[in-house]
Amino acid sequence: MSGEKTFILDGKPIAFEDGDTIMDAALRAGEYIPHLCHNPEFTPHGSCRICMVEVDGRQVSACTFPAAEGSGVVNDSDQLTAQRRSLLQMLFVEGNHICPGCEKSGACQLQAVAYYTGMLALDFTHFFPRRSVDASHPDAVIDFNRCILCELCVRASREVDKKNLFSISGRGINSHLVIDSPTGKLGDSAFAATDKAMHVCPVGAILPRHTAYNTPVGKRLYDRQPVNMVGDVAGYEETDER
Amino acid sequence: MVALPDPEDFTRELLVASNSDRGRLLQYLHAIQQRYSHIPETSVHQLALALRLSESRIRGVIGFYSFLHDTPRGDYDILFSDSITDHMLGSRVLLGDLCTRLGVEPGLPRADGRVTVDVTSCTGMCDQGPAILINGQAVTRLDNFRISSIAALIENLTPLDEWPSELFEVQDNIRRADILLSRGSCGGGALRALVEKGADTIFGEIATSGLRGRGGAGFNTAMKWKFCRAARDDEMNDRVVICNADEGEPGTFKDRVLLNSHADDVFEGMTLCAGIIGARHGYLYLRGEYLYMKHALEETLAQRRRDGLLGQNILGQAGFDFDIEIHLGAGAYVCGEESALIESLEGKRGVPRVRPPFPVTHGYLGKPTVVNNVETFMAAAKIALEGANWFRAVGTEQSTGTKLHSISGDCDRPGIYEFPFGVSIQQVLEECGAADTLAVQVAGAAGSTIPPAEFHRSIAFEDISSGGSFMVFGRHRDLLDMVQNFSRFFVHESCGFCTPCRVGGVLLKDLVDKVHAGRAGTADIQELHRIGTVVKLTSHCGLGTEAANPVLDTLGKFPSIYEKHLTQADYQPAFDLDAALQDARDLSGRDDAGAHIRTDL
Repeated sequence: MSGEKTFILDGKPIAFEDGDTIMDAALRAGEYIPHLCHNPEFTPHGSCRICMVEVDGRQVSACTFPAAEGSGVVNDSDQLTAQRRSLLQMLFVEGNHICPGCEKSGACQLQAVAYYTGMLALDFTHFFPRRSVDASHPDAVIDFNRCILCELCVRASREVDKKNLFSISGRGINSHLVIDSPTGKLGDSAFAATDKAMHVCPVGAILPRHTAYNTPVGKRLYDRQPVNMVGDVAGYEETDER
Repeated sequence: MVALPDPEDFTRELLVASNSDRGRLLQYLHAIQQRYSHIPETSVHQLALALRLSESRIRGVIGFYSFLHDTPRGDYDILFSDSITDHMLGSRVLLGDLCTRLGVEPGLPRADGRVTVDVTSCTGMCDQGPAILINGQAVTRLDNFRISSIAALIENLTPLDEWPSELFEVQDNIRRADILLSRGSCGGGALRALVEKGADTIFGEIATSGLRGRGGAGFNTAMKWKFCRAARDDEMNDRVVICNADEGEPGTFKDRVLLNSHADDVFEGMTLCAGIIGARHGYLYLRGEYLYMKHALEETLAQRRRDGLLGQNILGQAGFDFDIEIHLGAGAYVCGEESALIESLEGKRGVPRVRPPFPVTHGYLGKPTVVNNVETFMAAAKIALEGANWFRAVGTEQSTGTKLHSISGDCDRPGIYEFPFGVSIQQVLEECGAADTLAVQVAGAAGSTIPPAEFHRSIAFEDISSGGSFMVFGRHRDLLDMVQNFSRFFVHESCGFCTPCRVGGVLLKDLVDKVHAGRAGTADIQELHRIGTVVKLTSHCGLGTEAANPVLDTLGKFPSIYEKHLTQADYQPAFDLDAALQDARDLSGRDDAGAHIRTDL
């Protein structure tokens, strides 16, 4: 073990390699740092801000910040948990998230992280934005009401599928996902059910067709164990288990 | 209006003239917007093919910038500067007046497509407001007479270039000149010093001078240049120098004056930097609001090329090659952040990058890049010419030299003031003729609100740091108007990338609006604190971390501006219960007393 580089995460030494972010090293060590826009398969993004940790007294996003020898990282504190709850509440009120009726319920990472941080109510005023549903594709539905702008589909389509089907347009609170097709509809794009982008959505924005509500309540991903034990929904999406 | 060429031909010519350069996407879009008052579908299609970009990516760029549109604006596209200082000078009344005269709704083109009247973020004319942009050209000092003239010119279909030229006069208003503004142009002197004394000596002068970045953050300039020079040890000189002229902070206009009257020194400073760090390419990123200066700036660059101060073999030195190109912004405050500016220069949405790596090692197109403010480059040129001691003789130990301040608001003599660092707020107020001052907003919307009890404090990096915006609020003002204006500004200018700034900014704005409307209770004040703190601590870039400043600062220093608007109750619902029933009343056709809920109980 001598010569191995480590930093301290909530009192525990975590080994890391050159080029690792705090998140990379923590994931490898089996330590959970709550996150939504991060998926180790793609370029780190740092937009949801759920993974904010304290490094030597300063807050940084764990998914983008380089691990450094000997630094002290706080992940689990009352202040950070309260802050994460506020950020999650922001994501909930920004869109239209109707958990009891959503087919992603129980296997939704937004919902699971909210449970994990003890979020019991939305607190903030709902924005109730008017957003559309795109049901033009035979194998997938996009419900923009639930999009949290994590850009995982954007990155998957660009980096893995090499199709560049998704982009962000607009600015600020008017930012929104756009699809590259002559009509702007998914059905007229080159999107396919086998695309990586189909299987990385942490919420119920990109949904496969014909499988809704197949998994009974009680057997859904996060019914059995919380997100810190089970991990991201993206891996689960690609298994046959569901 | 004269018939326009086919947008397809126009776009093709643009592409051919510059070899279909992807990095110029924003420049192409700007040119098309200027010509057709929007970006036609055919142009998007052509650009996508020629630049090998997806159409959605191009639409994403159009959607990001305030000055780009996918549907036509009016032939005359009028934007009222919406800075708080414009409001204080009566811009809102004038906007209403112009809309009435022209029979147009704000934000919507008139039915005949003749004109659009809308608002935009501060256009940098606060010392001579209220101001507008009309098809990108600035008109200042608006009053009833000017509004009626403009309305008549539009109704008469007078082409913009035939409008009376005095309408487009922009004044420098330099009220106080110190070491920088009192000298004539370097005229190549700084570069001759570089050639004669060598890069190491001149770099030593810059380092000894203690010069720090004038944009507000105050990073040591020599250190930035050194990091960039050290970033690559090859002899390719493939580094980049960028001058940040995206002066978007509300209340700042000193870069406009520098580029209008001292552009030669700014370019000299950029060239000096290039000679020291080893760069061949330079960019002036000029905010879209300053489009009217572009032509004159191009002329200055051309003159410098003729004088051997730019281009190949500068001052006859083999291998000293450097040239500067002007790129226009398109209405996005966030592009003042250096990594967002670089994204924008690359023709993308201006979303700040993840840092590290920093631009000094990975900047424009991944090359080591120095980004400095207009004023910093000018100061660097003067230091090369006059020496470090000349510069250090004024200012303070940690903040050497002088700073330009753009002063606006409630004072007798708004304009540009050059003061040594360390000047007190009180001194500044006295010189600009401000009396009975309630507060000063230093460093713009992202800065801090200074109450009279702190007027003894000084403007310097070790006390109150400032990029140069100085807005004065007289005793008769309601500071909550300012907080509301700034909160709306940050919502409009958030890039939307990260959750806290994108959503938290709207929550803050809505709560400030609620207080302003007299509908808020004490619980709302606690929420402002909570949300503001989250936004400040967790945002991705400086825009976000500072977006809550106006709220948090005034909650701490001016609690009474909130308290006097509060209702007695602790908690007030965010929505109007009775108004929420309107849909039901419309459907049922009822409007009797029983169909209403009394909300005043």
